[in-house]
Amino acid sequence: MAAGGGIDPIHQFHINPIVELKPFGLNLSFTNTSLWMVIVVAVVSAIMVYGSSQRAVVPGRLQSLAEMVYEFVASTLTGVMNKEGMKFFPFVFSLFMFVLASNLLGLLPGSFTVTSQIIVTAALAVLVMSVVLIYGIAKHGSHFFGLFVPSGVPGWLLPFVVLIEIVSFVSRPVSLSLRLFGNMLAGHIALKVFGGFVVVLLGSGAVLNYAIAPLPLLLAVALTALEVLVAVLQAYVFAILTCVYLNDALHPGH
Amino acid sequence: MPVRSSGFVRQGWPLAVASFATLAAGAARAAEQTHGESGEGASFPPFDPSHFASNLFWLAITFAVLYWLMSRIALPRIGEILEERAGTIGRDLDQAAEMQAKAEEMAQAYEKALAEARKNAQGIAQTARETGAKASDAQRHATEAELAAKLAQAEATIAKTKTEAMSNVRGLGSDIAVAIVTKLTGQAPSAAEATEAVDQALARG
Repeated sequence: MAAGGGIDPIHQFHINPIVELKPFGLNLSFTNTSLWMVIVVAVVSAIMVYGSSQRAVVPGRLQSLAEMVYEFVASTLTGVMNKEGMKFFPFVFSLFMFVLASNLLGLLPGSFTVTSQIIVTAALAVLVMSVVLIYGIAKHGSHFFGLFVPSGVPGWLLPFVVLIEIVSFVSRPVSLSLRLFGNMLAGHIALKVFGGFVVVLLGSGAVLNYAIAPLPLLLAVALTALEVLVAVLQAYVFAILTCVYLNDALHPGH
Repeated sequence: MPVRSSGFVRQGWPLAVASFATLAAGAARAAEQTHGESGEGASFPPFDPSHFASNLFWLAITFAVLYWLMSRIALPRIGEILEERAGTIGRDLDQAAEMQAKAEEMAQAYEKALAEARKNAQGIAQTARETGAKASDAQRHATEAELAAKLAQAEATIAKTKTEAMSNVRGLGSDIAVAIVTKLTGQAPSAAEATEAVDQALARG
């Protein structure tokens, strides 16, 4: 962050290479994004793998946490897809934990929010839609495209309805990725802006400004609480929409 | 309406493929354009395509590792733990129900034993009462018999004494009669006559 008045709320999203890797002219450098992806996976694994390693019938704290998340995601998934959706459980669980841990760890001061990179959320959304398409076509063949043909629509209206259904299907990965990306980006910018106000007010030297400096600080505190809520909520929304889309792959009929 | 929908599925195929193709082509063109612009000036970092390859590469690696760890190790293990716990709780509940049934059975057996003992006690008391009554009856009979025997003996003694006394009275009577007759008549009757006269007098009462 630049000193004085030049506080750049975008600075936190800058990607800096830590280890330069450029094979075949491709930039595959290990950057701060990569580092935080690794940290996210490490934290999630610590909770889920290490936490469950005791295999205690009466769980400790970490095992309780792991079991709680397990049962939460499992109940969310079975709520949308019933028991047969459990074959997607590892996938939905990994997605939920990756997004949740990215969002929450991104709130730590000085950290980097992996999900504030649109390419990351877009890749996750494309992954979800690829699974939907591949599984749907592999299981139902051409019947999968019955998804775009609602029953009970008069014949002359059907081409328009099919077109609308296709557009809505294609826009799913876009909305899925943009929702998460936008929430994370906007939240972090807002936090940085209000934090920047405090610094600017205190740095201005005017006594009156010292007096009003706590106001944006209070707002920043309140926003942080809101951002924690948003971080959890967006991970949940991402997971439950994934479940809804995967359910289409299981049952393409309307 | 399965017939009509399958017909439109056949129409939907090329339509969907075409739309995906155009979308993909458009995305590729857009990416190229952004790539071209990224060289000039500082762009908004999340939209800077120069980092896309690196981000995708490391996302693929880290997400694959996470998926592998979750699907192979963590989730099956936690599923097992939860199942085992449900099993343990179910087993414990079954055991508790079994124990309770056993305890109830034991309580019933105890009640039964108690009732039997009470009945036995009543029987024993009855028998004791009867035996006691019999014994006292026997004793009473024995005493009565003894007393009756003693009474009979006493009666016999009395009768014997009476008879003796009576015979003495006869002897005495005849003697007195002999003396009186002798005094009055001066003539002594024979003993046999006197005795006969006394007997006659006694017979008269």
